[in-house]
Amino acid sequence: MSIVVENLTKTYGKQNAVDHISFKINSGEIVGFLGPNGAGKTTTMKILTCYLPPTSGKAFVNDLDVEEKSIEVRRQIGYLPEHNPLYTDMYVKEYLMFAASVYHLPNKVQRVNEMIALTGLEVEQRKKIGQLSKGYRQRVGLAQAMIHDPSVLILDEPTSGLDPNQIVEIRNLIINIGKHKTVLLSTHIMQEVEAMCSHVMIVNKGRIVANGKPSELKQQFSAGASLQVTFNAVLNDYQLQKLSEYGTVTHIGGSTYSIISQSDDEKLKSSTFQFAVDNGLMLTEMKLIEHSLEDIFKNVTQ
Amino acid sequence: MFSILRKEIRSFLSSLIAIIVIVVFLVANGLFLWVFKETNILDMGYANIDPLFELAPIIFIFLISAITMRSFSEEKKTGTFETLTTKPITDLSIILGKYFAGLIIVIFAILPTLIYYYTVSQLAVPKGNVDTGALWGSYMGLILLSAGYVSIGLFASVITDNQIVSFIVSMFLCFFFYSTFDYLGSFSLFRDSDFFIEWFGINYHYRNISRGVIDTRDVVYFLSLIVLFIWLTKIIFNSRKW
Repeated sequence: MSIVVENLTKTYGKQNAVDHISFKINSGEIVGFLGPNGAGKTTTMKILTCYLPPTSGKAFVNDLDVEEKSIEVRRQIGYLPEHNPLYTDMYVKEYLMFAASVYHLPNKVQRVNEMIALTGLEVEQRKKIGQLSKGYRQRVGLAQAMIHDPSVLILDEPTSGLDPNQIVEIRNLIINIGKHKTVLLSTHIMQEVEAMCSHVMIVNKGRIVANGKPSELKQQFSAGASLQVTFNAVLNDYQLQKLSEYGTVTHIGGSTYSIISQSDDEKLKSSTFQFAVDNGLMLTEMKLIEHSLEDIFKNVTQ
Repeated sequence: MFSILRKEIRSFLSSLIAIIVIVVFLVANGLFLWVFKETNILDMGYANIDPLFELAPIIFIFLISAITMRSFSEEKKTGTFETLTTKPITDLSIILGKYFAGLIIVIFAILPTLIYYYTVSQLAVPKGNVDTGALWGSYMGLILLSAGYVSIGLFASVITDNQIVSFIVSMFLCFFFYSTFDYLGSFSLFRDSDFFIEWFGINYHYRNISRGVIDTRDVVYFLSLIVLFIWLTKIIFNSRKW
């Protein structure tokens, strides 16, 4: 186990930012940490990186207690905090050399060059950090987090504020890194989670409300089937009533309707087809609507 | 600690703060020592550089506050405080790294004033007839005083994320410790305790050392002041964990 959290609680005054959460993360997994703003994601990450102590509960990174073995834990973690704070008056190489020297790496220059190559900073390596665009700054942030080759990476919103191309680049970078390391990342972008993460945790008001593989969550939270059908004509009241016997019907527009049913996909499809035949209608389109993570997110956090 | 120290010195140099501080210190002292009528050595007729040691503590109140004001406040404001404190370095190493970086810059500002000493010893009649003991004592005192100021400045910087606030608090505390106790003592308000009150001020000990007598009590006073403020800095540094 790379990360183990047991009954972790963090209180600010009277507010419970993190409320008795427990989870485990296996090594080599990329885990998406989701939740609305203020749900407790950042606080959990700050506890795991030894920045804040928990009010109660325990957290372990590679079997080391974050409170008792703080320095040891920090040595094994790479952390990219929210908003990616950097020393803007330092040069890219200078900053990475500083990061490397903090970890007392034996071959600093070589390691810095490797990180520059890995994060694609070659062109910008001689600039001051303050002169870089947001995407490149993010790469510098990732490079400093990975310079000591940590086994666990904790990334707080690594792609926020980037343009779509940069998001894809950073995402690919993380997927590459995640092949060999444990990555815990927080984000608001659901496609990102689906594209990168092998495991998802959704937190709301300091508690974990969903935890599992993306496919498992979809199954767990989407009981029944949902179908979108288009007929060759608009349904009359009688037909509408007839169709409603199979499930909840919503008129989407034109001659398109959605049907949500408690039965399974196949059954709903065949009964809808049978309905069209019985009523002399033609089906011009029929598609199964999958519950996206976004729907699940909305469901569990509202 | 050394990686922090190196980084701080580099950042002092690249942000020009160090160079400005050194230049301002030397220009101000140069003017008072060699140009301005009331204080200039050539008219004074004595082969010593006492005006330097009277002025430097006052100039350093401003300059050392300027050097230390960003140490922690900027890290807090930009959020790099979080990156720094999640690296495998102890809090004390971070604080000491920043402390010694500030002190080294100040020592580099003081070093060129040795030229004044050389000049005065050349001008003395006969040549080299200067009170070397008092002079080295004065330098020692000035360095101890600066070391105290730097620790006060670091403390002022760790309590706020606003550099201006930190600058003002640092100036106030340095001034307070430098001369307030002296003034209080001179009012004769506390009768027999006057001496005891003066004893708390930096100036009292600074004057003692400047005479060329290095008394352990004075050195212990400065070291205690430094340790006190570094300890307070460490407490506030940890306040995120409260």
